Amino acid sequence: MLLEVKNLHAQVAEEDKEILKGIDLTVNPGEVHAIMGPNGSGKSTFANVLAGREDYEVTEGQITFDGEDLLEMEPEDRARAGLFLAFQYPVEIPGVSNKLFLFTAVNAVREARGLPPLAMDEFEALAAEKMKMLKMRPDMLERSVNVGFSGGEKKRNDMFQMAMLEPKLAVMDETDSGLDIDALKVVADGVNRLRDGQRSFIVVTHYQRLLDYIKPDYVHVLYNGRIVKSGGFELAQELEEKGYDDIIRQFSE
Amino acid sequence: MAETQYQEIDTLLQKNSFYKEGFYTQTVVDKLEKGINEDVIRAISAKKNEPEWMLQWRLQAYHHWLTMKEPHWAKAEYAPLDYQDYSYYAAPQCASCATDHDATEDEDALIDPEVAKAFEALGVPLDDDAEIAVDAIFDSVSIKTTQREKLKELGIIFCSFSEAVQEYPDLVRKYLGTVVPYHDNFFAALNAAVASDGTFVYVPPGVRCPVDISTYFRINEAKTGQFERTLLIADKGSYVSYIEGCSAPIRDTYQLHAAVVEVIVHEDAEVKYSTVQNWYPGDEDCEGGILNFVTKRGLCEGRNSKLSWTQAETGSAITWKYPSCILKGDNSIGEFYSVALTNRRQQADTGTKMIHIGKNTRSTIISKGLSAGKSDNTYRGLVKIMPSAEGARNYTQCDSMLIGDKCGAHTFPYIEVENPTATVEHEATTSRIGEDQLFYFKARGIDEEDAISMMVNGFCKEVFKELPLEFAQEAEELLKISLEGSVG
Ligand SMILES: Nc1ncnc2c1ncn2[C@@H]1O[C@H](COP(=O)(O)OP(=O)(O)OP(=O)(O)O)[C@@H](O)[C@H]1O
Ligand SMILES: [Mg+2]
Repeated sequence: MLLEVKNLHAQVAEEDKEILKGIDLTVNPGEVHAIMGPNGSGKSTFANVLAGREDYEVTEGQITFDGEDLLEMEPEDRARAGLFLAFQYPVEIPGVSNKLFLFTAVNAVREARGLPPLAMDEFEALAAEKMKMLKMRPDMLERSVNVGFSGGEKKRNDMFQMAMLEPKLAVMDETDSGLDIDALKVVADGVNRLRDGQRSFIVVTHYQRLLDYIKPDYVHVLYNGRIVKSGGFELAQELEEKGYDDIIRQFSE
Repeated sequence: MAETQYQEIDTLLQKNSFYKEGFYTQTVVDKLEKGINEDVIRAISAKKNEPEWMLQWRLQAYHHWLTMKEPHWAKAEYAPLDYQDYSYYAAPQCASCATDHDATEDEDALIDPEVAKAFEALGVPLDDDAEIAVDAIFDSVSIKTTQREKLKELGIIFCSFSEAVQEYPDLVRKYLGTVVPYHDNFFAALNAAVASDGTFVYVPPGVRCPVDISTYFRINEAKTGQFERTLLIADKGSYVSYIEGCSAPIRDTYQLHAAVVEVIVHEDAEVKYSTVQNWYPGDEDCEGGILNFVTKRGLCEGRNSKLSWTQAETGSAITWKYPSCILKGDNSIGEFYSVALTNRRQQADTGTKMIHIGKNTRSTIISKGLSAGKSDNTYRGLVKIMPSAEGARNYTQCDSMLIGDKCGAHTFPYIEVENPTATVEHEATTSRIGEDQLFYFKARGIDEEDAISMMVNGFCKEVFKELPLEFAQEAEELLKISLEGSVG
C-alpha cells in the first residue's frame, strides 16, 4: 500500500468551514485512480492537503504515505519522499529560470533518496530527453518558471517536472484542462510512459477524454467533501453520459 | 495571504541577528575628545599637517554648516543627532611602530598587527599581488594602499586623500569641491569641515587601469563619526573600475557615517563605481546601527564620457544616498544600478539624480528595492533634462519586492523635462513573494530559505551582473545572510 487516507476532514485554516468531510482512499503501487466531481466539491483541496498546503487544517483522520505519517511531514519533505502535485493553476516565478528551479529540485529530491547530486551537464542531458518526449521547445528551460507561458505550456511544464522528479505518487489536478487535443495526447503519453508497475497516479479530471488514454484502474466521485461513489473505468463513461444530477440528488444535504 | 505564513517568514528573518563583521579590534588609539568646534577642525588639520588652503576650506565649510539645518525630508525617521557627542578623529596607533608616517618605504611595519588581522578577517587583501588594489581605511585613517608602485608606472595615482593633499596639492585643489561643493547639503558641509581621510585616484589620459581599485572602510571606535572624502578623476580616454566595501562592529549607539564622493570623468573616459554596503544595521529594532548619510556625485565633463554607479546596499540602520550623474559633455552616459535591501526596522531612502545638460546624453536607472521585516525602502530619483540637452534619453525601471506584510516600499520619481526632443521612460513594478510561490517551490522539494534566496537573486540579477565578478558573489552572499540568518 502506497497511500492510505482514512476519514480525512479538513477545513480552511482559521475559518470554521469544513471542506473535506471524511475521505477514505487507498492507493497501491502501480495503480491509477481518477477523481471526478462537480466544481467546488473539494478535489483541489484534497490534492493540496496531500501536498501539505498550510491554508488547510486537518481536523480529523490519518494519511499514511509509503509507511510514514504524511501529516507530520513538511511539504518539501513530502515532495522529497516521492509525492508530486501537478497544480490546477501552476504559478509564475519571475526571475528564476526553469533550469535553476528544476536543477535545485532534482538534487534536493536525490539527496533525500541518498543519491549523489547530478552535475549540470548530466541534468541538462536528462532534461533535454524529457523535454523531447513532452514535445517542449528547448528554450523553455532557460525561461523563468511559467512566466509568459500559455495555459497549456504551464501544464506541460508541470508534467516535465514530474518526469524529472520521478515521484512514487503523482497527483495531477486537472492537468488536462485547457490542453488542445495534441497536447492532451502528449501528456497522456507522458503519464503512460511513467507507468512502470510501481508508480501510482491520482488523476483529477472533469473529462473522460484523458481517461480514455490513461485507462484508470479506479474512478471515484467526490461530492461535497466525500467520495460518494467508486467504480472502474465504466463509471467515467457513465458520468460523461448522465452528468452528476443523480449523485447530487442522492447526496445533497 | 495567511498571517501564519508571514509569521513564519518573520521568524526566519529574525534569525538574522548575526552580523559576522561585528567584531571589535583592540588597538591603541589616538582619538580627539568628543565635540565639534573651530579648534577641533584646526586640530584635525594640524594632525594631518595640512597646508593653509585646506584648513581654510574646512573652516569655510564649518561656518557654513553652522547655518544649516539637519535634513529630515527623507522617508527615514531618526531623532536629531547630537553632533557634540561624536568624536571627529580616531586613528589606530601602533605602540611598537614608528610614529611618523613619512617612512613609506616599508608600509607594513607601520600597520598595527591587530588592524592587519582585522582586515584579514574581513577578507580584504593587503598584499601587493592580489587581483585588486586596496586602500584600507580604519576609523579615520587610511592604513595601507596596495599596488601603488605597479600603478604608478602607468601614471595612475592611487593613495589616501591626506597623502594626495601633501603630494598632489595641485590636482586636489583643482578638483576638490567642484562636483560636491562644501555648501551642497548639510552632511556634505559637515564632511568638508571634518573630513578624516579617504581615497584619491587619478588615471592619466589614455590609460586603462589594469586592476580593480578598491577602498575598504572599517569603523572600529565607538562614537566616532567617519567622514571620508573620495576624489576620483579619469582623464581623457581613460578607464577605471572602482569598488567600495564597508563594515563596522556591533554597537549600541548610532554611528555616523557621512561620506562625500566626487568623480570627474573627462572626454572619452569611463568610470565604473561599485559599492557593496553592509554597515552594521543595529539590533532587532535597528538601535545602534550605522547612519549612512552619503553624497556621491559624478560629473561627466567631456564628450562621450561615461559613469556607472552600481550599488548593493544591505546594511545600516538608515541609508540616505543618491549617487548622481551630471551629464555635461555631449553624448555622455550615466548609469545607476541599485539593489537596496532592508530588513527588520532598517530604513533606506536611496536613488539617483541624472542631470542632462549636454546633447544626446543618455541615462539608465535600474533600481531594485527589497523590503522585509518591518523595514521601509524608498526609491527617490530625479531625471532632469535641461533646455540644452537636445535629444537626451532616459530609461528608468524601478522594481520593488515585498517579503512579508509589515514592510513598505515607496517610489518617488521626479521628472523635469525642459527640452521637447528628449525621451524619458519610466517603468515601475511592485511584487510580493507570495505563499503560492513558496508552496510551489516546496511542492518540488525546495525549502523556504532556498526558495526566497532564488527569488531574491532572480529579482536582483540585472543589477548584480553589473558588479565586478567577485563582488557579485559577495553581494549574493550578503543578501542570503541578510535575509535568511544562515551562517555564512
Ligand atoms: N483557501 C480557501 N478559502 C476559502 N474557501 C476555500 C479555500 N479553498 C477552497 N475553498 C472552498 O472549498 C470548496 C472546494 O474547493 P476546491 O478548489 O477543492 O474544489 P474543486 O473540486 O477542485 O473544484 P473545481 O472543479 O472547480 O476545480 C469550494 O467551495 C471553495 O470555494
Ligand atoms: Mg480544482
